[in-house]
Amino acid sequence: MRRRGPASTTSQHDEPSFFESSLHAESLLEDAGDIFPGASPRSAIAVSTLTETAKDVVEGAFMPIWVRGEVTDFKAHRNGHWYFGLRDLSSQLRCVVWSRDQSSMPAAPDDGMQVTALGQLGVYAARGEMQFTIRRMEAEGDGLWRKALDATRARLDADGLFAPARKRALPRHPRCIAVVTSGSGAALRDVIAVLRRRAPGIELVVVHAAVQGESAPRELCRALERVSRWGGAELVIIARGGGSREDLWAFNHERVARAVAACPVPTISAVGHEVDITLCDLVADLRAPTPSAAAEAAVTSRVEIQLALQTLQRKLIHAIDERLYVPKARAANAAHSLAAATTDHLRSRREHIRAVSGRLHALSPLATLARGYAVARGADGRTLGSVSDFARDASFTLRLRDGDVDAVARAMRPQSGPDA
Amino acid sequence: MTIEQRLARLEAIVAALENEQTDLSSALTLFEEGVVCLREAAGSLAEAETRVKRLTELADGALVVEEFDEHE
Repeated sequence: MRRRGPASTTSQHDEPSFFESSLHAESLLEDAGDIFPGASPRSAIAVSTLTETAKDVVEGAFMPIWVRGEVTDFKAHRNGHWYFGLRDLSSQLRCVVWSRDQSSMPAAPDDGMQVTALGQLGVYAARGEMQFTIRRMEAEGDGLWRKALDATRARLDADGLFAPARKRALPRHPRCIAVVTSGSGAALRDVIAVLRRRAPGIELVVVHAAVQGESAPRELCRALERVSRWGGAELVIIARGGGSREDLWAFNHERVARAVAACPVPTISAVGHEVDITLCDLVADLRAPTPSAAAEAAVTSRVEIQLALQTLQRKLIHAIDERLYVPKARAANAAHSLAAATTDHLRSRREHIRAVSGRLHALSPLATLARGYAVARGADGRTLGSVSDFARDASFTLRLRDGDVDAVARAMRPQSGPDA
Repeated sequence: MTIEQRLARLEAIVAALENEQTDLSSALTLFEEGVVCLREAAGSLAEAETRVKRLTELADGALVVEEFDEHE
């Protein structure tokens, strides 16, 4: 700020000489040396002041930027941070990844890897070195993803989690199915639609979890833990619709894969589209190419159940028929024998009766009459079988084969002989 | 009984009926049970609307199953 006062007003009227001016300038410079830090030996600044200032200046001058280079001299420090260099043919830059930023990176880079990194250029004041603080990093050719996936897969494989013998059979007709997925996602809508159409009567229990982003692995594990603790589901579908590799990454997370493997209820995993295969898919009891396909695989359709019931009905009837065949045949046989026995019995009775009636007929007096004999009966109806039964002039009746004759006894002549 | 249990029971009944060791009166009892089972299975197949619920954890860690609003 310019000083206002008599001196400055007089100077407009009385020009100072050159000498006066230069003396004045020198004294001002000496003053400035005291005023501006580091402008003179007297105002020399501390090292830390310079590095701190440089830090402010550099950080103020650069926005976060993407840088491409080759990783060199990588070290994961005990404190959890990563230190390495990024270099090209002529230059090198010291880099750091703080441990809190590492969760966004699938794996640590290896020396020699070509990476692109988003970071903030700054100064590490303690050493007076320029340092690039990286927040995101991607390797060429999926290097980091591939490395992370391979490492996790190897650990899971070493624990036998991919073994075919681990795969459990799914229940054929589950009554209650838990679906671990986002409560607002397309995957859930697909699963509900398929189950409605295919096998109504099922209870579907949604267990919400974020299916992408930083919290997804934790939420998926917690959802699976809830399903186990609840114990009401007979089958679990863990599902997510299609997305980028980063979107699906939670399903390659080691903790999620282990949680799926540890689930006490049989599991179907359906993540992304048909081409996407995650570690969850590999440890689940069944991998379905899409959430819809998972729902199809989860239940037997109503039509199939109806067919099964019809088959069982036929078998049931056939079985009881078979079972009753022998008793029925025996019963029929017995009925037949009974009828036959009855017929025989009746026939012999009939013949017996005929024989007896023949004999009766032979003995019948009527038969004697038929042969031409007559029987005499008194007025009282008694048979007159002897001469002594008659009285002279008494009337009697003679019964013949075809009628009666009234008669009168005129004389009696008893027959002499042994019978008389 | 679930459909699955009923189907399994029916299969067991048919197997028992096909076994000649089963005596006649048990066979008839089993057959009657089979007929009831068939009727009930067909009935539960006919009922049937898909119910969608939601499993949530309360602050105290208890798990509850509640209605899930599909249109929320």
